[in-house]
Amino acid sequence: MGAEWFKETLTDSRLHDALWRQFLFSGLVLLIEMPLGVGIALLMPRKGWGVSASLVTLALPLLIPWNVIGTIWIIFTRPDIGLFGAAINNLGIAFDHTASPLHAWITLMFMEVWHWTPLVALLAYAGLRAIPEAYYQAARIDGASAWAIFRYIQLPKMRGVLTIALLLRFMDSFLIYAEPFVLTGGGPGNSTTFLSIYLVKIAVGQFDLGPAAAFSLIYFLIVLLFSYLFFQALQNVGKGEDR
Amino acid sequence: MTLSLESVSKTVGREVHIHEANLTFETGSRNVILGRTLAGKTTLLRLMAGLDRPTTGRILVNGEDVTGMSVRKRKVAMVYQQFINYPSMTVYDNIASPLKLSGTDKETIRKRVHETAEVLHLEPLLDRLPAELSGGQQQRTAIARALVKDAQLLLLDEPLVNLDYKLREELRIELQQIFQRREAVVVYTTTEPTEALMLGGDIVVVDEGRILQTGPTPEVYHNPATLKVAEVFSDPPINTIAGVIGEDAGAIGKDISIPLLGHLKNVSPGEYRFAIRSNHLFMARQGPEDAEIDVRVELSEISGSETYIHVRHHDTPLVIQDTGIKSHKIGAEISVFVHPERLYVYDLAGSLVASPAGRRPA
Repeated sequence: MGAEWFKETLTDSRLHDALWRQFLFSGLVLLIEMPLGVGIALLMPRKGWGVSASLVTLALPLLIPWNVIGTIWIIFTRPDIGLFGAAINNLGIAFDHTASPLHAWITLMFMEVWHWTPLVALLAYAGLRAIPEAYYQAARIDGASAWAIFRYIQLPKMRGVLTIALLLRFMDSFLIYAEPFVLTGGGPGNSTTFLSIYLVKIAVGQFDLGPAAAFSLIYFLIVLLFSYLFFQALQNVGKGEDR
Repeated sequence: MTLSLESVSKTVGREVHIHEANLTFETGSRNVILGRTLAGKTTLLRLMAGLDRPTTGRILVNGEDVTGMSVRKRKVAMVYQQFINYPSMTVYDNIASPLKLSGTDKETIRKRVHETAEVLHLEPLLDRLPAELSGGQQQRTAIARALVKDAQLLLLDEPLVNLDYKLREELRIELQQIFQRREAVVVYTTTEPTEALMLGGDIVVVDEGRILQTGPTPEVYHNPATLKVAEVFSDPPINTIAGVIGEDAGAIGKDISIPLLGHLKNVSPGEYRFAIRSNHLFMARQGPEDAEIDVRVELSEISGSETYIHVRHHDTPLVIQDTGIKSHKIGAEISVFVHPERLYVYDLAGSLVASPAGRRPA
């Protein structure tokens, strides 16, 4: 009797849409947050009071509860009173994330990047700080350019932490729920209905517990599969790096 | 080439890292900077390389002021305590990197890399990544990177300290041979007196940012100008014991009379500090003139094929370096012996008055 629910779930075109949406979202998140985080880490000060100041500033978004993040951005992007929404509407651009799917995505991406890039930056910064000063001296003696230092010293030396950042950011963004739920509720239409939101809609909204249970099993297997792939990748990270 | 440091000092914040230093090095010379951890050895190297700007003073190359010149424009190579290689490049590319950056043509690079790799026995490893090498091979690669370009100044900052004993011995001998063929000023820092002695050449003894003594290494070893130099240049640190020189006899410790032999004859009567190297203290009488010191055993440690016995003569701690592995009962009352001609004599301010080698430093 359970098999039908699996069949029903697997052939559900709305689930397929949600899955592709989810991959698009996670892909964009990684494409933006990884380079941006590394860039921020490279610009961060290495000594003096600026270190703690920038660390605290970066950590702030990470300290806010996820549903509060969504609420903050609802207000922030409101076309009538929100700082961001009102400002952009005053420029003559009709921006409303509740009406336009594109605007909803842009808002979500901004929120996500603001919320989680600091984690990547902090990890990358930790990786950078772990590089002995002697590497930079040796590069200076060799006459290496800033780009060469980044490409041949900093990047390979950060490979470990960056893989961990990639893993964390992929899994977190793939499982995202609270922020889009609060900000867009999955809309407009189904344009921001990600897997988790769709699952809750089936289970709690339509009370279709059978297909929802089958769906959550499949969801779990997808996450498990990717975690396994990333874990395998992580096992190979040590290669090509200094012990 | 002549490299000179003229009253060079380095202050970071309120901390003085190097007090006014004056040093001159010539091409073909091998120089060891000996000092304990944090003595300022690395800072001196960084100043020489041009990685740091001195707070005061000038750095001259062949009489020309290069104080503010960027390190890229100088012909410098440096090897570090950590094994510094580009992690994502093969051994070949690592060795080639300084040449590539200086725009050398491909054929010359190939030739030079192979030559250098051969000297350092890296030929079979050229395709590997640094992480696939042992510690010794990684440091060989780093040394090859330093040797491949014709640097006028070759700086090595405790290059062997992170290697195990066997490898260190092996590489030290090879390095000596490499240095001898090198047309460059070689400066090598170490914390180990034995290593300094093995490398030979000239020595600069540094402590707490001050240059204490310079000169040919054996010369300085036999005539440490101050007690501080003697301490830095002995492992375990040299023993000191209070004593007096009288008209026709002397005494050390608690009323242990010593005959005035050799260099002691010329020392004017008075109170002194006597220094004894741990390998000049013996567990058995070696001759009739030996002074017998009564001591109590406090600790006995075995290092390699030697035993260090820590003892106390009243308030004076002493260390004896005994050959072979021997065990000693802690608390035992024993006698140790030293020949008076082995004693270094220092005045109460710590300056050398007479040394067994018989020469007074200028």
